[in-house]
Amino acid sequence: MSGTYLGMPAFPKAAHEAVHDATLRGNLRHATHTIRAKRAKAVAEVSDWDALREAGKRIKDHTLRHLDRYLVQLEASVTAAGGTVHWAADADEANRIVADLVRATGESEVVKVKSMTTQEIGLNEALEAEGIRAYETDLAELIVQLGRDRPSHILVPAIHRNRGEIRDIFRKEMSEWGRPAPEGLTDTPAELAEAARLHLREKFLRAKVGISGANFMVAETGTLVVVESEGNGRMCLTLPETLISVVGIEKILPTWQDLEVFLQTLPRSSTAERMNPYTTMWTGTTDGDGPSTFHLVLLDNGRTDTLADEVGRQALRCIRCSACLNVCPVYERAGGHAYGSVYPGPIGAILSPQLRGVTSEIDASLPYASSLCGACYEVCPVAIDIPEVLVHLRERVVEGGQVTSNGNKVVLKPAKGHAAERAAMRAARWAFSRPGALRAGQRLVSRSRRLHPRSLPGPGKAWSGTRDLPAVPKEPFRDWWQRTNGGMDGKGAAK
Amino acid sequence: MSSRERILGRVRRALADVRQDEPSYDQAVPRDYLREHGDRSVGETVDLLAENLADYRAVVHRCTAEDLAATIAGMLAARGAKTVLVPRGLDLEWLQATDAERIADRAESTAHELDQVDSVVTACAVAVAETGTIVLDGGPDQGRRRITLVPDHHICVVRVPDQVVSSVPQALERLDPGLPLTWISGPSATSDIELDRVEGVHGPRTLEVVLVGGQSSADVTS
Repeated sequence: MSGTYLGMPAFPKAAHEAVHDATLRGNLRHATHTIRAKRAKAVAEVSDWDALREAGKRIKDHTLRHLDRYLVQLEASVTAAGGTVHWAADADEANRIVADLVRATGESEVVKVKSMTTQEIGLNEALEAEGIRAYETDLAELIVQLGRDRPSHILVPAIHRNRGEIRDIFRKEMSEWGRPAPEGLTDTPAELAEAARLHLREKFLRAKVGISGANFMVAETGTLVVVESEGNGRMCLTLPETLISVVGIEKILPTWQDLEVFLQTLPRSSTAERMNPYTTMWTGTTDGDGPSTFHLVLLDNGRTDTLADEVGRQALRCIRCSACLNVCPVYERAGGHAYGSVYPGPIGAILSPQLRGVTSEIDASLPYASSLCGACYEVCPVAIDIPEVLVHLRERVVEGGQVTSNGNKVVLKPAKGHAAERAAMRAARWAFSRPGALRAGQRLVSRSRRLHPRSLPGPGKAWSGTRDLPAVPKEPFRDWWQRTNGGMDGKGAAK
Repeated sequence: MSSRERILGRVRRALADVRQDEPSYDQAVPRDYLREHGDRSVGETVDLLAENLADYRAVVHRCTAEDLAATIAGMLAARGAKTVLVPRGLDLEWLQATDAERIADRAESTAHELDQVDSVVTACAVAVAETGTIVLDGGPDQGRRRITLVPDHHICVVRVPDQVVSSVPQALERLDPGLPLTWISGPSATSDIELDRVEGVHGPRTLEVVLVGGQSSADVTS
């Protein structure tokens, strides 16, 4: 994934800094609570939501379980419709393919539709190194790009910024990239949107190359689908002569009919609308309408490794709606940057460690960035059991074991820093299988309770710094049970 | 080995646990969700379309076929439009009453030239009542995709009730995936600033939809 995030501190450290930023917490709280209520209302309008959710889950699961067949079918349909299909095993290969395609047009700038996949592979930086300037055209991506910032939300990458901060960024930075911000720009959202319209219009009108991702690809017909709100997507998808779409291999749907499920669940889960303002569907090229050249780059970049994990592969059902971020108590407080990936929040906590592996400090910490409350699972429109995958990945971090990395089966060593956890689990296993030893140990702990410290020593100190240690009763439960005949003797508990 | 073979090989190895006798696509996917939501008469479906279009800030007009030219002329005049883009196959009677200069939808026009045009008038392929959506498929009376994108004012004529369906599943049944499709639900909007919806970014900031029927809407029933 993107080099931008290499060397990120582990989640607890990054989150610790974020929760002390009062502005950030206020911005996040306001935005996530606004969208939460709206989503609930939009979902309640549809009486068959559960059936749609189940159908979406089944379609995605079926597709993933026969992905090779559908990839080959998609390639044939796109090619028959006039497109060219490329395959990229990793980020570097995808970036190289795109850079070569842009260079072949003779252009040195491109306009981009908001795309998680191109963020993931660090395309903008790779193009910059080749002397090609990529202009982000989604309003939030523009705010992030102008502010030399990183995205912090899947749907609304600038969610950590409030209107005042956005006005300041526009005033200061727009002139560096093109048309300056209008004189006397205020912080009303309508004026800020107008400033973005004026700034980007000249770029759209002269653009020769557009770059996008896609929300869905239909294997049967070769159709690609992009859902959006602002019209920047339509600009990039229809005005340029050349269109290059970089799409993860998991974005396939088998049939045209399958869109009827996701075009109902995605907008309501995402922006909490009955339907997003604009959806573009294109199949290859059309004579005299839109780009005359279309390239599709199919990206693996860790997806097949994820597919090899029978528990973890359900993360590939994700349609990037971001509903799980908006309901997550951890995301609401820590913000997106702490997750050290373009995929923040609960879905990021299971997607990033699978796409990248759990060898780095940040990726090994992500499965722990959750209280396992399960709100993410409740709202997920494709029913990804995020808590289940989190627990599965925690086990992988602590115990190690066999995983697939770059297509090869490797055995992962248990992670450092979990030695105490492993030792405790081993001790528990030993004691629970020896009732005599357990009884002796419990009695010892009960009788020595006056000597117990109020906080744990050594590595346990951080844990007990914010928690009360449980009080140990005077008498172990099993002794009490035996002595009182299960409480039937009326002698009550030992005082 | 090509990357194509490498990726397909990885996929196949990753799916070693998938058995040959897995349920087929038809068996694996339940379709027990609804084809449409609610039980409405044809007239009520058209009313719902109007309501949902307006809810997302499209301006909705209703008129009879005889009044259509006058209605369009009135909208262009109210806007002060001096020029109007016209798709190749648009029914020219629709523009009989306006004196705005007609600009043809031509392949040679540049995006900059389109940016100078005030308004565009098109028909549509289908409209979806439950979501307040109109869909264009690039047909002769709708033109190239860019003509409904660059000008700031789009007038879209929907023939009711023929072109109206209740739901997204019904709309997909009517559409041809081989055509370039644009689904439009209200004017361009963004929720990127504090997750508040603001209308009007890059697409047309004013979307006017004319629901035109053979009879006045009060008479349209199932």
